[in-house]
Amino acid sequence: MNNFLLLPIIIPFFFGMILMFGQKNLKYQRTFSLLGIGIALISAISLLIKVKNDGIQKVTFGNWPVPFGITMVSDMVSVLLVTTTLLIAFFVVWYGFGSITKERERFFYYPGIMFILTGVNGAFTTGDIFNLFVFFEVLLMASYLLIVLGGEKGQLKGSIKYILINVISSALFVITVAFLYSVVGTLNMADIAVKIAEVNQPGIVTVIAVLFLMVFGLKAAIFPLYFWLPTSYASAPIPVLTLFGALLTKVGIYAITRTYTLFFVHDLSYTHDLLMALAIATIIAGCIGALAYFDIKLIIIYNIVIAVGVILFGVSQMNEASLKGAMFYLVHDMLIKAALFMLIGIIIYITGTSDLRKMGGLMKKYPTLGWFYLIAAFGLAGIPPLSGFVGKLLIAQGGFEAGSMWSSIFILASSLLVLLSVIRIFLYAFWGEEKATTGTVDKKIYKTLFVPTVLLVLITVAYGVGAEWITPFMDDAAKLLYDPSIYIDAVMKED
Amino acid sequence: MESLILVLVGVLVAVATYLILSKQLLRVILGTAVLSHAAHLLILTMGGLKKGDVPLLGESEGPYTDALPQALILTAIVISFAVTAFVLVLGYRAYKTNGSGNFDEMRGTPDE
Repeated sequence: MNNFLLLPIIIPFFFGMILMFGQKNLKYQRTFSLLGIGIALISAISLLIKVKNDGIQKVTFGNWPVPFGITMVSDMVSVLLVTTTLLIAFFVVWYGFGSITKERERFFYYPGIMFILTGVNGAFTTGDIFNLFVFFEVLLMASYLLIVLGGEKGQLKGSIKYILINVISSALFVITVAFLYSVVGTLNMADIAVKIAEVNQPGIVTVIAVLFLMVFGLKAAIFPLYFWLPTSYASAPIPVLTLFGALLTKVGIYAITRTYTLFFVHDLSYTHDLLMALAIATIIAGCIGALAYFDIKLIIIYNIVIAVGVILFGVSQMNEASLKGAMFYLVHDMLIKAALFMLIGIIIYITGTSDLRKMGGLMKKYPTLGWFYLIAAFGLAGIPPLSGFVGKLLIAQGGFEAGSMWSSIFILASSLLVLLSVIRIFLYAFWGEEKATTGTVDKKIYKTLFVPTVLLVLITVAYGVGAEWITPFMDDAAKLLYDPSIYIDAVMKED
Repeated sequence: MESLILVLVGVLVAVATYLILSKQLLRVILGTAVLSHAAHLLILTMGGLKKGDVPLLGESEGPYTDALPQALILTAIVISFAVTAFVLVLGYRAYKTNGSGNFDEMRGTPDE
């Protein structure tokens, strides 16, 4: 059945629709949202196996021949990201049972999550540049709802900035697509790649490449377009923040990766060097932010910025090792960021504050939480058996192979600052003397928060320890990114 | 013809940028509306403004104008409608909660 690859998009959409009804019935809302994500996750995993065995899956709507209809393409890169997205969403929704307020749950919180998943999975799967814009808008509209839901003063402030910056970047996206259409006369991604290769990337296409970098860079928060991210993300409630931090910037990274490995591969010396310089500046900016604050939310948020830089550095090197590393690191980062946000959410719940200076000595009462936080922190920094190691190793190896020695050394050195920034949380919050806290801890709620978090941390550990089983999938993804003709041939061939 | 419209698009983008950089929330929202006008006009222009008949098959023998940019604009228009409606309501809520529509009052992190 060829429409199989649409299931991870359609199932959340369907459940989002039926969750619009019966909004006051919490039991119904909770069971059906978990059920929907669960079914979608199962379909995504079977799709992953199918793509591994049979190669790239595609379907063109309405049986039109390829460049004329909208094509949905599920290759190894997109199916890995779709699976990770649904996996994270499952744990985040579960965690939300203990964390999100009942008023929010009654006002379309769960449909919001379902539609955001529809948008994210659609953006990962689509093979049409304008359809990508539409799926971006689907996920952005849902994210506007989620970031402002509750309507607290701080939330209103943060969400206005978030929404305005995204409206502007959407307009820029439309403008860029207009330019691209006037040059190549097509919207299908594979066809665009063919047409650009035919004219061998003249100057105007390089300009469009930089415009795309600006558009997607605004979504992915690269330097110097990351300024909106910290304050607007910090205003959202923890489960929403987790979902945003793990998924939304990664859609931007995916879009940059896709366009820069499929379309703009004929003038590497300009576009990819620019990408590399921006990636390194992004890491520097992120490190400064991560070390400067005493607010635990902001520390982890700036770590998102750092990870964006590391992944895009891998993409900019354009050889098989670095692309494989970037894919490894991308999936790792989605998982570990979700785990870390959930962990600090528990810390905030226990202490009632997000200020590091006001907390201390949690290790006495909550030792398991402390150790799991430490594992997640080491995983983020990339200590060998854990999940961040393989990705960063491959990115650095790719960097050395491509001849960018100093920047690769810099990437490795930046891990130390990442480690320092997250260990600071451990030192302040878990060691030292116990301080009077304002939070109230209900055993039952604590358990609802703790179980999904621990499971997600264990998954990141398994991802690092079991890297050998994941490598074949990443190999396929890296080959595909390195050689655009695989993607083009698979899409353009007649059925 | 294209050059003329492109100059117009440029003017619209300049006006939008100026409005977006102002302090009043309402002006900023107006700026985003002008920006989306500019973007839609640009798609139409980039599709080519050659003389042709309306893309309705029964009406004439052709040649027709390019139908694809028109479909893209239609999609982009409804999306920007929805977003603008949302932002306007959000602006209203922010005005009621903060007591002001000025960006100076919306600075800083939420906990400061």
